Amino acid sequence: MLKLTNINKVFNEGTPDEKVALGDINLHLAPGDFVTIIGSNGAGKSTMMNMISGALTPDFGTVHIDGKNVTADAEYKRARHIGRVFQDPMAGTAPSMTIEENLALAYNRTKPRTLGFGVNKKKKDIYRTALEMLSLNLENRLNAKVGLLSGGERQALSLLMATFTQPSILLLDEHTAALDPSRAELITNITKQLVEKDSLTTLMVTHNMQQALDLGNRLIMMDKGQIILEVGPEDKPNLTIPDLMAAFEKIRGEKMNSDRALLG
Amino acid sequence: MFTAIFGSVELGIIYAVMALGVYITFRILDFPDLTVDGSFVTGAAVAASMVTLGYNPLVATAVAIVAGFIAGCCTGLLHTKGKINALLSGILMMIALYSINLRIMGTTTEAATRPNIPLLNTESIYSMFGTWWTTLPIDDSLKNMLSNVVTGAVPSTFGTIVLLAAITLIIKFIVDWFLKTELGLAIRATGDNKRMIRSFSANTDNYIILGLGLSNALVAFSGALVAQYSKAADVSMGVGMIVIGLASVIIGEAIFGTKTIVRTTLAVVFGAIIYRIVLAIALRIEWLDAADLKLITALIVILALILPQIFSKMKERKRKAKRKEQFAASVRGDHIA
Repeated sequence: MLKLTNINKVFNEGTPDEKVALGDINLHLAPGDFVTIIGSNGAGKSTMMNMISGALTPDFGTVHIDGKNVTADAEYKRARHIGRVFQDPMAGTAPSMTIEENLALAYNRTKPRTLGFGVNKKKKDIYRTALEMLSLNLENRLNAKVGLLSGGERQALSLLMATFTQPSILLLDEHTAALDPSRAELITNITKQLVEKDSLTTLMVTHNMQQALDLGNRLIMMDKGQIILEVGPEDKPNLTIPDLMAAFEKIRGEKMNSDRALLG
Repeated sequence: MFTAIFGSVELGIIYAVMALGVYITFRILDFPDLTVDGSFVTGAAVAASMVTLGYNPLVATAVAIVAGFIAGCCTGLLHTKGKINALLSGILMMIALYSINLRIMGTTTEAATRPNIPLLNTESIYSMFGTWWTTLPIDDSLKNMLSNVVTGAVPSTFGTIVLLAAITLIIKFIVDWFLKTELGLAIRATGDNKRMIRSFSANTDNYIILGLGLSNALVAFSGALVAQYSKAADVSMGVGMIVIGLASVIIGEAIFGTKTIVRTTLAVVFGAIIYRIVLAIALRIEWLDAADLKLITALIVILALILPQIFSKMKERKRKAKRKEQFAASVRGDHIA
């Protein structure tokens, strides 16, 4: 489904600020895989997400989606097959447009945009049914401007929009990090529900170790631009936070800053 | 006085088409597009030149619209593909159009360029419509009705204002409809949250170019209508046009609100008309001169921007005072009880 081969990226090359963001990343996701990614700030998690989405291009290495080499494709082209939810609840929706209009934008992801109405009776029913799944009563507020929604509601809507057209790959970039614990839990549950419904191939970055353990069938840990630990579907169910800490210490030979990793 | 107001309403309706164009870039795309000062003249120049060369005014107006569309697309290309700052791309295009407009008008003479074209004895879309309109009995009866109500001169015909109102309303409805289509929604999202709409597989560059093209097509259309209305095209007629457009948008929004797109476009149309009326009244003040026009325009825009802020502040203060009073009253009430 998704294959990253020898992805390398250096920022500010040749200056004192030179930083190896990604050092030879290789990753392969089978259809239906749900991989959670953990690692401290600057480990290269977000850079890797941006490589997949096309917001950044690698210095060398290739990205394959559905067996197709998309390394040279622009972000908007790849976006046909990639759903994405950002950390900032403001980032995934258009605030001055209504809920139904936002869903119309998402609904058009895989189709060329035409002069047909974005919202009509038939589509409205589709949007309403989809919103009912969130149980946030948004289905009765189709004409409300998204800017008026709370952060949690907006993030739930972003999640629904990202998965609306069953993308080949779903990228979740710390999408619960800006929410309070109860809202974060709500979004986590919706995530689980939406991903399971269409068995979406998913990559989720998180700073919350418990969340990384609860969700998904695989887990990877990144540090300094490299994947330092991969846990497969067989071992992941038995994995605990102390296991992860121990593994990190063993590999890097340094005490992990657990506060930072936990609270992000 | 009545004819002066009547004339400004007519002008306001024409300029409303331009204001709708400015609304598309300024509000929908969030792109401060200064191309307007140039593309307005381009529309006027193309229409005036073609009418002078003997083309049908309808064809001339249509070509003017296309010319405006192309000008807008060029600004869009400079900004998206050339990665030039939005304001600067508009300014560059505006300055380039100045020369291009002189060349366009030059096609009517031996000389290479020409600064203005009078349209004295030529056909226009108004005269074409007027010939048909005056065969109807409506015009005379309207005039009779009016002369009973007001004293002094009455306008020579209602044909022009009827035609203009029809054109502007049709344009308004087209804009309303377009902004609700899948394409229109994507353009609105481009102005609202580029990163988001890119993640839904929209090429934002294309939508910016398309939006600028459509906006400037309306602006050039307005220019073509003005040239035929005032029977002249002049290379300097576009100076300050963007400010007039903004004035219309801001005045309209401040008075009529922005709850929905349909309401906002109507607000912009009325804003353009109100602006003209205010201007006409201002120019009747004795010690003001026609040359003060631009200064008055600037002042109207400044007032339209500042007054709503002052009003909302006053409202908020009143609301707080009322709340405080209510609270105090309830506390007193508790003591007594």
